[in-house]
Amino acid sequence: MNKNLYSLTAHELAVGLNKKEIKSEDIYSALDGRIKESDPKVNAYLRPSKGLSSGGDRITSGIPVAIKDNICTKGFHTQCCSKILEGFIPPYDATVIKRIKESGHSCLELKTNMDEFAFGSSTENSSQGPTHNPWDLNCVPGGSSGGSAAAVASDEAIWALGSDTGGSIRQPASFCGVVGLKPTYGRVSRFGLIAFASSLDQIGPITKDVYDNALLLNIISGYDPNDSTSINLPVPDYTRALGKDVKGLKVGVPKEYFIEGLDPEVKAAVEEAINTLRKMGVEFKEVSLRHTEYAVPVYYIIATAEASSNLARFDGVQYGFRSKDANLIDMYKKTRGEGFGEEAKRRIILGTFALSHGYYDAYYLRALKVRTLIKEDFDILFKELDCILTPTSPTAAFKIGEKVKDPLKMYLSDIYTISANLAGIPGISLPCGLTKNGLPIGLQILAPHFQEEKIFSLAYAYEQNTDWHKLKPKLT
Amino acid sequence: MIDKETVEYVANLARIELKKEEANMLSGQLGDILGFIDKLKEVNVDKVLPASHAITVSNVLRGDSPKGPLSAHSVLSNAPLKREKFFLVPKIIE
Amino acid sequence: MSKYEAVIGLEVHLHLSTKTKAFCGCSTEFGKEANSQTCPVCLGLPGSLPVFNGTALDYAIKVALALNCKVQEYTKFDRKNYFYPDLPKGYQISQYDLPLSLDGFLNIETEGSLKRIGITRVHMEEDAGKLVHENDGSLVDFNRAGVPLLEIVSQPDINSPEEAYQYLSTLKSIIEYLDVSDCDMEKGSLRCDANISLRPLGESKLGVKTELKNMNSFKGVKDALSYEIKRQAQLLESGEILTQETRLWDAKELKTISMRTKEGAKDYRYFPEPDLPPFIITDAKIEEIRKSIPELPHEKASRFVESYGLLEYDAKILVASKKDALFAEECFNAYPGKDKKLIVNWFIGPLMAEANNRNLSISGLNISSAYLIELLGFLSRNEISNLTAKSVLSDMIDTAEAPGKIIKSKNLVQISDGQALKEIMEEVIGENQKSVTDYKSGKENALMFLVGQLMRKSQGKANPKIARELLKERLNA
Repeated sequence: MNKNLYSLTAHELAVGLNKKEIKSEDIYSALDGRIKESDPKVNAYLRPSKGLSSGGDRITSGIPVAIKDNICTKGFHTQCCSKILEGFIPPYDATVIKRIKESGHSCLELKTNMDEFAFGSSTENSSQGPTHNPWDLNCVPGGSSGGSAAAVASDEAIWALGSDTGGSIRQPASFCGVVGLKPTYGRVSRFGLIAFASSLDQIGPITKDVYDNALLLNIISGYDPNDSTSINLPVPDYTRALGKDVKGLKVGVPKEYFIEGLDPEVKAAVEEAINTLRKMGVEFKEVSLRHTEYAVPVYYIIATAEASSNLARFDGVQYGFRSKDANLIDMYKKTRGEGFGEEAKRRIILGTFALSHGYYDAYYLRALKVRTLIKEDFDILFKELDCILTPTSPTAAFKIGEKVKDPLKMYLSDIYTISANLAGIPGISLPCGLTKNGLPIGLQILAPHFQEEKIFSLAYAYEQNTDWHKLKPKLT
Repeated sequence: MIDKETVEYVANLARIELKKEEANMLSGQLGDILGFIDKLKEVNVDKVLPASHAITVSNVLRGDSPKGPLSAHSVLSNAPLKREKFFLVPKIIE
Repeated sequence: MSKYEAVIGLEVHLHLSTKTKAFCGCSTEFGKEANSQTCPVCLGLPGSLPVFNGTALDYAIKVALALNCKVQEYTKFDRKNYFYPDLPKGYQISQYDLPLSLDGFLNIETEGSLKRIGITRVHMEEDAGKLVHENDGSLVDFNRAGVPLLEIVSQPDINSPEEAYQYLSTLKSIIEYLDVSDCDMEKGSLRCDANISLRPLGESKLGVKTELKNMNSFKGVKDALSYEIKRQAQLLESGEILTQETRLWDAKELKTISMRTKEGAKDYRYFPEPDLPPFIITDAKIEEIRKSIPELPHEKASRFVESYGLLEYDAKILVASKKDALFAEECFNAYPGKDKKLIVNWFIGPLMAEANNRNLSISGLNISSAYLIELLGFLSRNEISNLTAKSVLSDMIDTAEAPGKIIKSKNLVQISDGQALKEIMEEVIGENQKSVTDYKSGKENALMFLVGQLMRKSQGKANPKIARELLKERLNA
């Protein structure tokens, strides 16, 4: 254990903890130093000036997990990086937080930065200012879980939780060169996750490698009687899928994902990854997901419609920001007008419109029907495939400010990740290369419902044959 | 594409006060986004059932057994304004 | 009112008496300190999620079946979106296009015949919190937020305030029999809104309707409808055009007041609740619940007629309250005689009077069937007078003593002994010579007066029949 502790993975640290060579406090103080040193550049955390050492009743046990600011932590600020939730301190822990504590680990008191209410793909829409990509500080880290991904990439966190509604774990993992998994819908309890789009949201792990990802999924998975949409299926030990022979696995490559708009460097890296896996005996096949081009429009109707309703509770009555006004309706309108950021307002208005009288059938209902078709595309393919392999994002990280003025262009950066949320299937992003400019490229692996083990087997096999996950950003 | 009256109608439903520039900008941007979304009209959805959930489950129920409430302190600790054990809101003038 | 026909539909909201709320484990108990029965779920705190109460579903199905509704095989919750400070999530979890049940009916008694009132739907939803308005703002209490509610919507088959009253009474009686709600309007566990329009007699097109709210009793519903019929008829007479609006009943001023809103048409943006998977209700489940439905009031009334020889009219009065009906039946069975008329008369007469005086139900008087039968035994054996029996009943309720003991300790046994009565009679004749003369000169009423005096002198214990005979005999002699 001569390396800086913060630069290790959780499974490496666990060895040290087990042998009693290190203590949990050591990890905390290593991270504390690292955050103080590098977070002024990265801005992965909210209020990092507070540091990790303040607060006398800190619980340090196990390996601390960094938590996205939309997951409720009892007694500690949770505000979705929004002015409207200013000062909100949840009186309860999310189920995933309880599970982390029950497993003997703990959570960092600092929350990670994100796009306000997870509305975005760049972590620029935050009341706390943008997070910077550790590989190029002028670039975005992706979003909305950009803070979690950047914290893990920059060694400011050992591992982290994010949430993924249309790619918000996988796309930032791809941009930051780390491993991010969106589990099957219903695998991880959503209780305590401040909802963006209830039928799409899942919490998932963002980690330095595939092994850690399986470990963290082991901890947070499982049925929760407090979440009607969590599924009562046994949780396997996901680490047992690591190291399984991948020979003979049947993997589809959808042709609709390799079209105009896909950066040639990304395309080349993914093809190279396919070659690597092919050499290990994985069988590849070109397949078709016919309704791929409709995924983004379907998503932007369903997600904004659900969000418009989920965010109605932020009205200044019980918690958070309230604009002063003598009259109730004006209080509502000003509180929400001033409390929500630009993108939040845009999505609430779009979602409200899609549900409003006269437009419901043409937009919302139609989107739900096309969602069925998108799900069916996957169902058909998975009858004969184990996994599907695609790029995570059409490009590597883009420049801060590049897409802020053009919401539609921003929305299209999730084009490869959204379908998995619509279909409820699991998907991972893991590093598979660097661009000429030194930015990470991500590989996405999708699997059928509750087949995370297949993803882990394939991802681990790839990772063990490559070194991309060992590269560290220079924070410049 | 989407006129300002519609934006204002929807903003009122959503109880969001928009500044003039915001309303103008939204009316343009939403127009673009809806134009893009109109792509969905190409798809034949006759006889297709809507999917409101990602996973098919049904009959998720709990037993009628009481659980303890939050403490009075927790309930009101985040309140912008309170009076005794109540949340306090401005007068309701419709 | 002769020129117009009223068309009325009622919308009843009913609290289900589950122990816990619809979507969380908080208690539903009424009257607790503000916000003391709340948790992240019913407060709608960010991140919280609903899980539906299985007992609420069972109760809902039970009501739907008792109202002859078709329980749907596939049903789901939807969100009804609007802003109000008593609505913690900014939406109410309700049901929209696929409600629990559709297309039922309820038979009501009107002018001696049965009338069928259609029930459009019975659906499930959650209640909102409660607002207390003060001068400088409103106070919000979320204890009631999330209590399971049923919404029972009638067809516009009701044509008079009296029918509306009958509908509500019949509905309440059925719900009480099912034991799924306390139906207490004062606590807000049963609430009723009404839609009413008028149309010229013989016209089939519906007129412009008014929605009436804020009625706090069945009588309030009746009064509000009567007021509204007059108001609308006057406007129609004077050729004015009615506007569709919501009006509030003012129970003090006895009038309806327009609730002016800026909002125009409501746009609730219903959509399927993504946090709650749908429900598939199997035939087996429906049958299981159907079997648990007890004998309903109209069934009980028919059985009372058949088994105990009651008049239909009496039976219907007896079964209106489930507990009272159970008590009555207990008494029928305990009473040795075949003719139950005396029991029925006592239920509808003295018992009901005592209950009304004390603001209780008959069963709430807490007298045992054994004591009541004992009391009626004294009466039927002529050992006490009817008057005495009533006062003994009152004492029984106050003291919970056995009637025999009360009669004995107060020495209330009726004097039927001729010799004892004759002595009192002579005193009465001596003191009331004028009445004696009057009687002898043909004024029959004077005899009644003398009997009354005799009763008084005997402190009500004289057997009035015998006393009358004796007096008649003596004066005619």
